[in-house]
Amino acid sequence: MDLAIEALDVVKAFGQGTSAVRALDNVSVGIRRGEFFTLLGPSGCGKTTLLRLIAGFEAPTSGQILLDGADITALPPNRRPVNTVFQSYALFPHLTVAQNVAFGMEMQGRPKAEVAQRTERMLALVRLDALAARKIGQLSGGQQQRVALARALAPEPRVLLLDEPLSALDLKLRREMQGELKRLQQETGITFIFVTHDQEEALTMSDRIAVMQSGRVQQVGAPRDIYTKPVNRFVADFIGETNFLEAVGEAAGWRLACGVLIPGTATPGQRATLALRPEHLRPAPETGDLPLPARMERAVYSGTDTHWHLRLSCGTALTLRRPNSDAATAAPPNPGTDITLGLNPALVQRLED
Amino acid sequence: MADRRFQVARLPGFATIAVLVFLALYLPILTLVGFAFNAENSISVWGGFSLKWFAAAWKNQAVQDAALRSLTIATLSALIATSVATLAALGTTRRPAFRGRGFIYVMINQPLMVPEIVTAVALLILFGIVKQATGYQGLGYLVAAHSAFCIPFAYLPIRARLAGMDASLEIAAADLYASPIATFRRVTLPLLAPGIMAGAMLAFVISLDDVVITEFVKSGGQDTLPTYMLGQMRRAITPEVNAISTLLLALTVALLTAFFLLTRQKD
Ligand SMILES: Nc1ncnc2c1ncn2[C@@H]1O[C@H](COP(=O)(O)OP(=O)(O)O)[C@@H](O)[C@H]1O
Ligand SMILES: [Mg+2]
Repeated sequence: MDLAIEALDVVKAFGQGTSAVRALDNVSVGIRRGEFFTLLGPSGCGKTTLLRLIAGFEAPTSGQILLDGADITALPPNRRPVNTVFQSYALFPHLTVAQNVAFGMEMQGRPKAEVAQRTERMLALVRLDALAARKIGQLSGGQQQRVALARALAPEPRVLLLDEPLSALDLKLRREMQGELKRLQQETGITFIFVTHDQEEALTMSDRIAVMQSGRVQQVGAPRDIYTKPVNRFVADFIGETNFLEAVGEAAGWRLACGVLIPGTATPGQRATLALRPEHLRPAPETGDLPLPARMERAVYSGTDTHWHLRLSCGTALTLRRPNSDAATAAPPNPGTDITLGLNPALVQRLED
Repeated sequence: MADRRFQVARLPGFATIAVLVFLALYLPILTLVGFAFNAENSISVWGGFSLKWFAAAWKNQAVQDAALRSLTIATLSALIATSVATLAALGTTRRPAFRGRGFIYVMINQPLMVPEIVTAVALLILFGIVKQATGYQGLGYLVAAHSAFCIPFAYLPIRARLAGMDASLEIAAADLYASPIATFRRVTLPLLAPGIMAGAMLAFVISLDDVVITEFVKSGGQDTLPTYMLGQMRRAITPEVNAISTLLLALTVALLTAFFLLTRQKD
């Protein structure tokens, strides 16, 4: 598979000596041509720093950035065929909407007629044709967002970088723009590198996701892989809700503290953490399920779902999620009731640490 | 419930004191302006309304020369001081902090702190040596001196404007293929323009108004309007001086109003 962007052992340290912060700590990641790639992680994990290195606003302390296989580590930003949609939009306040969109193409030295024609086409693409002559100050947040997008797409970059572009929008507009972004990416075929700290946004929009924590990439994969096969506790915890179960290895599998044995290959005596999504637990065993005795503590209604908060005999807390689609099965047991849950061993994920 | 915060406007006698302060500030100026329209020869005894002193000043060759000289010096000095101040402001805000930046900041603002008379004497001595050596007697000395002491006045509004400018705009320009020079021309300069205009106007007014340094530096026959007026005061004083002052005042007020409008933050 062709890689559009490749980061090789990239380190970025800010400050010196003991006060130095490693914003990026040996990051190596490859982003495929034409994909919608998301950098996901909590605030401060180094997502913006990685984007700034790809755009060329900062130089890495060590390591390399490749674009289509060529080393661009030393190129200044104005000579990289990469454009950015800034978190703050950074639109030029002294120019009109159309002039903002035309700026990059003019700097590329494209002929005037082509610039005018493409500006019009880009404005139509983001549905802003009617506002071409407006000044930036006269636009709403959502409209500014679209101008920033059109401005960055107009020069036909090989890679588009988007730093939390939707975080300033309200929920409804955000949903709308998520769809819009996905549509633009598919229509233009440009490689998108999208930054967000919102796991749901990452899961719904991305072809692949890199989950980051404290300057390191924890896991790279398709949304389904990241969600169903998290490699470590951080990823399992950050993406969606997870039950963590402590277990000890035996010859036949993993023994939970409450006594239940989950069949599988294990090293006897080894301790491990198992992860289980709340929606993968069943209120009663079905064929192939392991029975898991638990006590009901309370049920929390949340609209589409009901969360059952349970406790195992060993004291571990557990959550089960039931969709509220079927009134008969959805009725939760009373608090204090002892019940037996169904656990599908195939859906239990063993974490690396 | 009543607002109980301390407010100076509620102190007894506030209005009286305010009126007295305004009178102290503006009564002399009002008197000066008033007597510019005096029909009589006196600057203190009213003899009816007339525009004759404005006409007299307008026709006076010495006044014309001094006014032209003042405007020439102020225009050139404002241009030079503003250019230097713009570069200085870019150098002190648009690059990472470096050793000695505080020192440079103080150096740029030095004319605001050193007593003007000291600068005047120093320039008198220095230019005396240069005049001797080169034989050049022209307006260059005055332009150089004015440019120098106008720099901090031009620098302050430009720096304020730059510091308040979103640095990510310049990064965005670079991201959109603009070279550093194109970024400056297409983004930094247009956004900085109100600050530069304000700086230039302030420098112009400061130069127009200067007496002390000009008096020391000028060669014979190089009177500016203020030094010409000073010279007149030593002889017979007529309302002509009031008329010139009034015109200068009008020009200054117009420029400072423009300065105020340009530096006012609009959103
Ligand atoms: N210019 C800088 N100087 C010093 N520290 C910085 C700088 N930029 C980022 N950092 C630090 O690097 C870390 C990662 O920052 P950032 O990439 O902005 O995170 P994110 O975008 O994931 O929230 C943070 O600890 C931040 O404080
Ligand atoms: Mg960030």
